[in-house]
Amino acid sequence: MSLYVDIEKKLGNFHLKVFFEAENETLALLGASGCGKSMTLKCIAGIEKPDRGRIILDGVTLFDSDKKINLSVQERKTGLVFQNYALFPNMTVMQNVAAGAKREKDPVKRERLIHEFIESFGLASEVNKYPSELSGGQQQRTALARALVSDPNILLLDEPFSALDSHLRFQLEQEVRRAIQSFGKTVILVSHDRDEVYRMSDKVAVMQNGRIEAMGEKGEVFAAPKTKNGAILTGCKNISEVKILDDNHLMALDWGLKLYVPNIPEDVEYIGIRMHDIQAGEGENHFRCFVEEVIENTFSYTLLLRGVEGGAKTFGWEVDKKLWNYYRPKTGNIHSPASEKPVVDIRIPSDVILLLKG
Amino acid sequence: MDWFPLWNSLRIAGISTALIFFLGIFSAYYISKAPRLIKGILDVILTLPLVLPPTVVGYLLLRVLGPKRLIGTWFLEVFHLRLTMTWWSAIFATSVVIFPLMYRTARGAFESFDENLAYSGQSIGLSNTYIFWHIRMPVCRQGILAGAVLSFARALGEYGATNMIAGYTPGRTATISTTVYQLWRTNDDALAFRWVLVNLAISFVVLLAVNMLEKKRGV
Repeated sequence: MSLYVDIEKKLGNFHLKVFFEAENETLALLGASGCGKSMTLKCIAGIEKPDRGRIILDGVTLFDSDKKINLSVQERKTGLVFQNYALFPNMTVMQNVAAGAKREKDPVKRERLIHEFIESFGLASEVNKYPSELSGGQQQRTALARALVSDPNILLLDEPFSALDSHLRFQLEQEVRRAIQSFGKTVILVSHDRDEVYRMSDKVAVMQNGRIEAMGEKGEVFAAPKTKNGAILTGCKNISEVKILDDNHLMALDWGLKLYVPNIPEDVEYIGIRMHDIQAGEGENHFRCFVEEVIENTFSYTLLLRGVEGGAKTFGWEVDKKLWNYYRPKTGNIHSPASEKPVVDIRIPSDVILLLKG
Repeated sequence: MDWFPLWNSLRIAGISTALIFFLGIFSAYYISKAPRLIKGILDVILTLPLVLPPTVVGYLLLRVLGPKRLIGTWFLEVFHLRLTMTWWSAIFATSVVIFPLMYRTARGAFESFDENLAYSGQSIGLSNTYIFWHIRMPVCRQGILAGAVLSFARALGEYGATNMIAGYTPGRTATISTTVYQLWRTNDDALAFRWVLVNLAISFVVLLAVNMLEKKRGV
């Protein structure tokens, strides 16, 4: 059970060129809108036709430009779930799920299958409702039931949670995760949301401009992104262009900070520092900084800092509310002129600095 | 009052609407999927009758179907059938005139159709024919029905092309619109006015139906 994708497609100025493999696992395609992640999904499903390449699922060639193989959407047996769920509005929940079971020709088995999925997705009391009468969660469950009852060889999820508010989203994520677990085959999830990707997937492919920039186990990809875009997509807010001074020192040009990092590779163009990785106090890479702005979040503050020796741009420090209340300087006012702003001591341990390519 | 023109108008409009209903829908479906250049060209050609004066449509039809013209001659020789100056000749005229109405409303309905519904259907193994009849058509139903009703109304009111290809023969080819003109021309103002009222009543009902269909669509 595995998916092999090696495709290329030109569309105006856009050039999609991706290669990846996935086993029985959840692979997330993470990227901003327009990076080609949905197009890749559509190529796998057979909705879009690549110009060149091969797509093989469980040993069956779905697409091969050399051998002129291009199976229809129906023949590919993929389970497609769209962001808007695409439930048939003129059919009830029961009819929607039943439509998914049409491949089963034996009517007795088919009936049993439909009821099994209605039950296991908790839709028994909604069978006669139309999609417009369902809650977001019920719509999603219906869409999943309809896709999975057709016994697909792969599940393709296109931004399944983007349209939801955060509370509902959390609940639905759990339901989808359960469905994925019992499905047990390859799942491709397309998303622009790093938290969602982190919670839902095993492997992550970071996409930009139609290419896969980085791919691997999600822990690796998130802990150590290799590119500027990868850092941004995995949620790193502080990114600066750098000048390498020597093997162990570099200058963060945007912030005017000289940082110690052991063994700097030559091709480093940027560094990234996650806002919560900055620490209070003195030590390695210690800096005194003015606090220019304090933004209150639900459970933390984001402080915008600028080194006392000056820097073109500020950088963010996310600090726990309790810690900040304890640590907050008692003098200085963020609204005062530069020299009278509150001053804090921070340190940036060298092992939290992400060394990035462009 | 001789009710023949009403009956004749209704059957002409009914038959041409039924014909164009399917022709318009299938043209709309296939053209909305065609490559852009072909789509652009066909769109212009198929919409042309909407903006042409009906007399021009009538003239062009006569050039093709007239007894001394290409198709007209062929039908006369093979089937001994005259395509003009019979009651059903008007069906050619009304069909051509209402085609763009049906085609364009159907195309509008199809274009607002969420293609993801079709893709979802295909991925779970539904055939394209099944998707067309059980998903696409029902979802676009209101728009398509509104187009059909509008086409029927337009067919009922067709005058110019009808007059040229079917003429005005009382009791044979007379429709409401040709009758009104004839009565007015012969100074029978009272009777003309009655037919005008009949026409108004029908148009009113038809437009009411269109409105109700469109309101339903908004919900």
